Amino acid sequence: MNRILWVINFLVVNIAFLNAQADIEKRIQTDMIMAENGSTVQITEGVFTMSKSISMDGKKNVTIKGKGIDKTILSFKGQVAGAEGIKITNCENIILEDLTVQDSKGDLIKTMHVKGITFRRVKAEWTGKPSKTNGSYALYPVQCENVMIDSCIAIGASDAGIYVGQSKHIIVKNCTAYRNVAGIEIENSLYADVFDNVSTGNTGGILVFDLPNLVQKRGGYVRVFNNVIKENNFSNFAPKGNIVASVPKGTGMLILATNNVEIFNNQIINNKTTGVSIISYFMTEIKIKDKDYYPYPSAIDIHDNNFERKKGRVPFNGRFAKIYWFKLKFGRNVPHVVYDGVIDKKALDTNGQTKPENRICVRNNKNQTVANMDAANGFKNVSRDPNQFDCTLEKIKAVDNFTAKN
Amino acid sequence: MKKLYIFIATIFIINLATTFKQDNAPTHSYKEKLSEYGFFEGKISEQQPAKNVMPYTLNAPLFSDYAYKLRFVQLPDNQQVAYNADSVFQFPKGTAIIKTFYYKNDERNDKKGRRLIETRVLLHQENGWVSLPYIWNDDQTDAVLEVTGGTTKVAWRDAQGAKKEFEYIVPNMNQCKGCHERNGVMTPIGPSARQLNGDFKYADGTENQLIKWKNANVLRGGEDVKNAPKLVHYDDATASLDARARAYLDINCAHCHNKTGPAQTSGLLLDWKTTDSTAYGFYKTPIAAGRGSGNLKFDIVPGKPNESILVYRMESTDPGVMMPELSRSQQHTEGVKLIKEWIKSMKTN
Repeated sequence: MNRILWVINFLVVNIAFLNAQADIEKRIQTDMIMAENGSTVQITEGVFTMSKSISMDGKKNVTIKGKGIDKTILSFKGQVAGAEGIKITNCENIILEDLTVQDSKGDLIKTMHVKGITFRRVKAEWTGKPSKTNGSYALYPVQCENVMIDSCIAIGASDAGIYVGQSKHIIVKNCTAYRNVAGIEIENSLYADVFDNVSTGNTGGILVFDLPNLVQKRGGYVRVFNNVIKENNFSNFAPKGNIVASVPKGTGMLILATNNVEIFNNQIINNKTTGVSIISYFMTEIKIKDKDYYPYPSAIDIHDNNFERKKGRVPFNGRFAKIYWFKLKFGRNVPHVVYDGVIDKKALDTNGQTKPENRICVRNNKNQTVANMDAANGFKNVSRDPNQFDCTLEKIKAVDNFTAKN
Repeated sequence: MKKLYIFIATIFIINLATTFKQDNAPTHSYKEKLSEYGFFEGKISEQQPAKNVMPYTLNAPLFSDYAYKLRFVQLPDNQQVAYNADSVFQFPKGTAIIKTFYYKNDERNDKKGRRLIETRVLLHQENGWVSLPYIWNDDQTDAVLEVTGGTTKVAWRDAQGAKKEFEYIVPNMNQCKGCHERNGVMTPIGPSARQLNGDFKYADGTENQLIKWKNANVLRGGEDVKNAPKLVHYDDATASLDARARAYLDINCAHCHNKTGPAQTSGLLLDWKTTDSTAYGFYKTPIAAGRGSGNLKFDIVPGKPNESILVYRMESTDPGVMMPELSRSQQHTEGVKLIKEWIKSMKTN
């Protein structure tokens, strides 16, 4: 008899709990729909299970605020609908802060067409072992302006932990990214400052990419400084077909076809394949059909960084590793900075040289070693002469970010 | 708690209502119940349109988990909508577009009745379109505004007599805009010339909808409606495979996948006007698909449906993979079959 009572009691409590969960989900969504411009949507402390993605659209000056990282937790583990955890679209000046978001089926937090978006003290993670069934991006502003990502944590993304795509005027600072395929990625974005972050234990630490066939065609004017980019040697778990699936494990930084990038004062340590790689889109071996796309990296300035790497061969894993082992033949003495050496013949000066303002410059780094892969000529004349990169470029200006001033 | 929210919502609605009144515009105020708009005559579940409400249908409708749909439009008195051949008609302020989703209890026998699930009302207000989801009660006597949407179990027998059952999801107000958006602005999707250029069984006889609208003085311009473009229905076996497939992609994908829609970020543009083959998916690599890529390289590989991401995402019912992202939790078997056949019919490079 007692046992029956106990079971009934258990059921009642559980049903009440489930109802309460559903109520909270509905309340958060209602708050986000009804939020008046200038208001704050408060989310209390606790772990809340969300069955559907929650969204906000068309608001101005709204703050969504929890009680702190790991205090307010929205878990999308049992999600049945919606492709992301939280989606914010067509807004102005939105702040998301002090909460943890977990285990959505697609991306964790996606913001699109938002002018002024701040992520502050937000942890976005896929719990458990990194897996290709995790969503693509933890924090995902796309086609936004004035993006501020401050003191956030991103874990377990099968593409990039912090991914800023097709956006302008971006600051990513004080963040930690680990066990993602890419820790931090800036893609087809203009004017970005990425500083004071720790990117570690990912496949690749920080990526700066320009890809074809996109609405915002050309990124650049990206500064990456004062970051710790360490031990990004995690096996690549991205689903094939995505560009990051071809990033070799052990990549500190990868610059793909981007122009005007300055990398300085970083600690780039024990990334087994490369400290910084600078490559053209041709290295992806994907046909380019976008007439307006510029596949060459140019105006890259790498200075005043500290490189460290234990001696040893690059991990034998994937297509790039094969190039390292069989074409570049660096053996155990792997250079920190490599450049594919594919140049745009149309952009040379009258002497057939790269114009000074377009050069790849590597100067004044601690433990600096370099290589030009000569990829355009089948890696025939691989050169480790540092003089070819001994130059400097005009410093890129700090990002003018409206959000940072407020 | 629920009451408190209804209360807050009501206050909000009253506030909005008063704001709109001040504008003196021919716009609606939000109603809590569908019946309050007066869109229908007689028993509301019969969905008989009132005099100033026109029923219509689309040549190639969006797939929404096998739901049937009834569509209506109400223009403000004595107003017209401008005809254009290319895009969705620009309805005047004060227009209401009404769409009711229902399931037949038995697709083999209409006499067994139907169950209305939800009615989505699009209102063209002074500040633009708003979308309002109304959910039908069990008695089918009215539908009530639920801004957060909801879930309800639906069950029916299909045309083969097989029992079907699943949790139907009514999208919330924001999610409506997930599809109904151009350049960040809420907009209708369906009623364009190419979609309306077909017959409808009106109470007074069957007629081409554009001609009916023209004769009823609802269309402004459009002297050449007879030459209007026409989408084929993707079920129409008499049409070419290419036309059927493109019509399917136009209505099921292009509401997001167009140059100014929410999926423009992907660079995949599946609207009927796209001529660039890469933008249309041919040998196009994904951008931010994540596990939606299914380990495949390209959106469409001619001749190889099983290597095409497009097919993989249409087949999936996993919220992190499937396309479209919203308003579908069942696989559209017939749609998948069509797109597979279409891709298979193409020559491999």
